[in-house]
Amino acid sequence: MALIKHNNNSISNVTSFAQIPSGTPILISTQTASGSASISFTGIDSTYDVYQFEFINIHPATNSAYFQVNLSIDNGSNYNVTKTTTYFHAYHNEAGDDSALEYDAARDLAQSTSYQDISYQTGNDNDQSASGTLQLFNPSSTTFVKHFITNINSYSDVSGTDYTINTYVGGYGNTTSAVDAIQFKMSSGNIDAGIIKMYGIK
Amino acid sequence: MALITVSNNSLTAITAVPASVPTGALTLIKSITASSSASISFVNGASGVVLDDTYKSYVFKFISMHNANDAADFQFQVDTGANTNYNQTITSMGFLAEHSEDNSANTLAAAGGSAILHQETVFQDLGRSLGNDNDQSLSGELHLFNPSSTTFVKHFIGVINEAGTDNQSVQRVIAGYINTTTAITTIQFKMDSGNIDSGIIKLYGVK
Repeated sequence: MALIKHNNNSISNVTSFAQIPSGTPILISTQTASGSASISFTGIDSTYDVYQFEFINIHPATNSAYFQVNLSIDNGSNYNVTKTTTYFHAYHNEAGDDSALEYDAARDLAQSTSYQDISYQTGNDNDQSASGTLQLFNPSSTTFVKHFITNINSYSDVSGTDYTINTYVGGYGNTTSAVDAIQFKMSSGNIDAGIIKMYGIK
Repeated sequence: MALITVSNNSLTAITAVPASVPTGALTLIKSITASSSASISFVNGASGVVLDDTYKSYVFKFISMHNANDAADFQFQVDTGANTNYNQTITSMGFLAEHSEDNSANTLAAAGGSAILHQETVFQDLGRSLGNDNDQSLSGELHLFNPSSTTFVKHFIGVINEAGTDNQSVQRVIAGYINTTTAITTIQFKMDSGNIDSGIIKLYGVK
């Protein structure tokens, strides 16, 4: 009997490998900023319990801008979910004469629909940017608030001085409606460049 | 010559893909859903759980953990071999950022109570004083490194966000080590009082 060989490299119609443990995170979407006022991901649903966003070299057009996030419950028509959050960061300047770990009460939110800052004064020199992650838990729940946790490191310009600033933001979208979209933007000016990847975690 | 076709969409006989084929960095090992559960345990070798040297590190994700009792603490402990006493020695630290919905308080502070242990065998807090309103819960993750090592202590790092009993958002970071050179084979999660009313805990192996 002749051997049957499938000699191409793509089996495009296969939708499952029944006995192979599924790897995760699953890359869902990649968006590259190019003078972008904002970047939005819509169509978030119950396919995954956790969504993870990776920020790769987010470069602001405007110096010392804050990278921000908001949530939507109407698939991106409005980004204005009520949030209560915390914001703290560790910083150290290049001169080595200023460093601290501190809570920043000017950056947290208390039942506010405003955009949440998730970086601190990211610089716009050619080599400056912010990178990090955001995890959004159980966004499609219609029972619970929507927790999120971010950790971003920024090459920042604070009053003309260069810093590394590691920012931690945690909080919840205080809604029992399903969150189905998320938007990222700068507090001022465009996202000049950068990549945002959205993953689903099974 | 007749065309040869593959007529279904599942290649059931394949158990591995070549290393050149990219897969995710996390492998889902086990998902357990709480339903008025006194505790949730992951025991190596039981019910499909792998918690051995197959992976060098493991991640637990907590998805909307909801406590039956108000102000309960979400906790874990581990054990070795076939033991299920959940009483290994832990030294740990923790800190938290907290902000109330009415904006009356915010803080960044060291954690207290059973969130910071010094050579103690009690359960380690991951979340504290959790609210049990219908919409309140806790979500986050715990990394457990090299649990099967027979040389080193077992490091862990947890990052949690919780809705507190006083209607505040709390981000909590917990880290420490289980001070044993015996392989860890089981881990248990519970509330310090009352049941885990609902929620999902997923165990992943990290490639």
